[in-house]
Amino acid sequence: MLTINHLRKSFGSLVAVDDVSFSVERGQLIGLLGPNGAGKTTTVSMVAGLLTADKGEVLVGGAALQGDTDPKKRKIGLVPQDLALYDELSARANLRFFGALYDLSGAALDKAMAAALQLVGLADRERDLVKTFSGGMKRRLNLAAGLLHDPDILLLDEPTVGVDPQSRNAIFDNLEELKRRGKALLYTTHYMEEVERLADRIIVIDHGKVIADDTLSGLQARTPGLGGERVTLESVFLTLTGRSLRD
Amino acid sequence: MPVIPLLAMIRKDLLLFFSDRRSVIVSFVVPIAIGAFFGSIFSGPGSNAEPAKIAIAVIDQDASLISKAIVAGLQSDRNLKVATPTEAEARDAVKRGRTAVGVIIPKDFGDAAGKAFFGDGAKPDVNLVYDPSRNTELAMVRGIMTQHIMEAVSREMFGGAMGKQYVEKSLPGIKASKTIPDAQKQVLVQMLRSIQTVYNQPAASGASPRPQGLTMPYHVHEEAMTAGSNIAYNGYAHSFAGMGIQFLLFAMANLGIEMLLERQRGLWKRLRSAPVSRFTLLTGKAASGSILSFLILAVCFAFAMVVFKVRIQGSVVGFLGVCVACSMMASSFGLLVAALGNSPATARGVTTLAVLMMVMLGGAWVPTFIFPAWLQQFTLIVPVRWAVDGLDATTWRGVGLTGALAPIGVLLGFAAAFGALAANRFKWEEA
Ligand SMILES: Nc1ncnc2c1ncn2[C@@H]1O[C@H](COP(=O)(O)OP(=O)(O)O)[C@@H](O)[C@H]1O
Ligand SMILES: [Mg+2]
Repeated sequence: MLTINHLRKSFGSLVAVDDVSFSVERGQLIGLLGPNGAGKTTTVSMVAGLLTADKGEVLVGGAALQGDTDPKKRKIGLVPQDLALYDELSARANLRFFGALYDLSGAALDKAMAAALQLVGLADRERDLVKTFSGGMKRRLNLAAGLLHDPDILLLDEPTVGVDPQSRNAIFDNLEELKRRGKALLYTTHYMEEVERLADRIIVIDHGKVIADDTLSGLQARTPGLGGERVTLESVFLTLTGRSLRD
Repeated sequence: MPVIPLLAMIRKDLLLFFSDRRSVIVSFVVPIAIGAFFGSIFSGPGSNAEPAKIAIAVIDQDASLISKAIVAGLQSDRNLKVATPTEAEARDAVKRGRTAVGVIIPKDFGDAAGKAFFGDGAKPDVNLVYDPSRNTELAMVRGIMTQHIMEAVSREMFGGAMGKQYVEKSLPGIKASKTIPDAQKQVLVQMLRSIQTVYNQPAASGASPRPQGLTMPYHVHEEAMTAGSNIAYNGYAHSFAGMGIQFLLFAMANLGIEMLLERQRGLWKRLRSAPVSRFTLLTGKAASGSILSFLILAVCFAFAMVVFKVRIQGSVVGFLGVCVACSMMASSFGLLVAALGNSPATARGVTTLAVLMMVMLGGAWVPTFIFPAWLQQFTLIVPVRWAVDGLDATTWRGVGLTGALAPIGVLLGFAAAFGALAANRFKWEEA
């Protein structure tokens, strides 16, 4: 569904993404795991067509995106790291706006909004202003806004930042449901337990480079624990990325 | 052009604008309040009221027939409001700005002026003390004074007792003079004799007409050139145009800053991830900005029309054309702010200054005709100048569509230039 080949992007002398390749299939959730500044958002931005790569290609359903108005962009839904919501508008007005950007209108838009609100559990709050929402509700609405046009590929950039455990669990349930519906999901995070629960495959990225691309058990097998028991992903992660502070 | 996304963007921007009560007040209420204030200052008196009088003080230290006649003449002048304080009081009043000019007629002025009228003896002084900030009024007072002094002196010398005395006294002297050539003596004596004849004639039956002296050989009929001879200049038309433009520019600068905030908060990326062209994104912003600007102008003028009787005396099409072109210019200015600005905070500071400069130089606060000539020329490069001129032309000046075409053309030109520069400099790439 989504294939990324040898993607590279630098800002001045800083190489933010360096020769990154992976692919995401239907019904699969790929976890892009890396510390802050690893290059996760830069990668997602190139996939969404916001940034032009210096090198490499992004294939959506086998073909590269051609410009801003390429209809293939409808196959992609972006749930950005920063909440892309207008605080002063109601949840409904926000969804109506984002739906219309994908040419949705009338009954089709109403139906899509109802389904998305239903999925994230905000149907009863649709008329309230977003500024009255909690962090978790905003995150769920952010997810709903990315789903309206029923994309095949969902790009989720740290979708659980600043979220209470209940909302986080609700979001996980939503994502598992989406996976069942056959969506291809790319999920970035620096939380190990999230990819442990969700990901079919984990790509560890640091300093722009892919340093591991494996299943959870494959990764754990790489770092044999003391006394032979299975190590946590956290210790794998720290072994791979080093212990120096980021940010 | 994809219609659904475009309409959605416009709708969203308008909803956001009207959800912010502060920006609504600043854009709609403040320009009306300031426009009403400036309008009441610059309107002057209404059409049927007396023209504003210049306050002057006259100190008659002479108290001669001539000086009294001068004071009476000044007091009867419709352009002046004459007080007769002491010299010290007059100087103080001028210093404090309560009186524009103090006219001091010194002792023996009448006597000396009478003689000097026939070219005899030194010319006496009239002393003027004036407020240096009121040069225009000084010039007017000087002109009005000339008229009344000439009338008073000539009337006295051609027909009054003083003239009679003077002629009687000077006739022997002239005859005996050794400096005046004989031919000239002849003429002078003849002239003085005929003046005496006039004096000595018995008064005609009934009221004898008082000798007139020299009078102004004309009357001035003044007509202010506005939309029509019976339509008064309406200062509110200008002030509401100026303030409307100022605050719609502020609103548009703010729209640009909002775009920077959208970018900072990652919303712009989200918009860009949709299959919408860059052109559509910018057009959506420009359209919502133009609609808002037009609304601000419309509300401003609607208020001025209802409350202050401002009328579109000229071409209605021209007026609407100027409003639309001005709105487009302002919204593309907003795009420029978004394209050139870095952080919202610094952009806010810089654009506030830019807007204030533009409206000041464009004549939104005070009309450009009071600027020095070079500055009037210079301000032609300021779009606000064209907008203000275009609105003035189609409202109180009552000019037809032809008067609006140049402002409309220039404003659309500015809109295109700002828009092109904004599109060119806009930062699209971001992670
Ligand atoms: N627009 C940009 N200009 C310059 N450097 C950038 C830009 N965007 C990101 N970077 C840098 O690229 C690196 C990767 O950033 P990012 O992809 O946001 O990391 P992550 O999302 O994994 O935290 C960081 O060092 C970041 O500072
Ligand atoms: Mg990131």
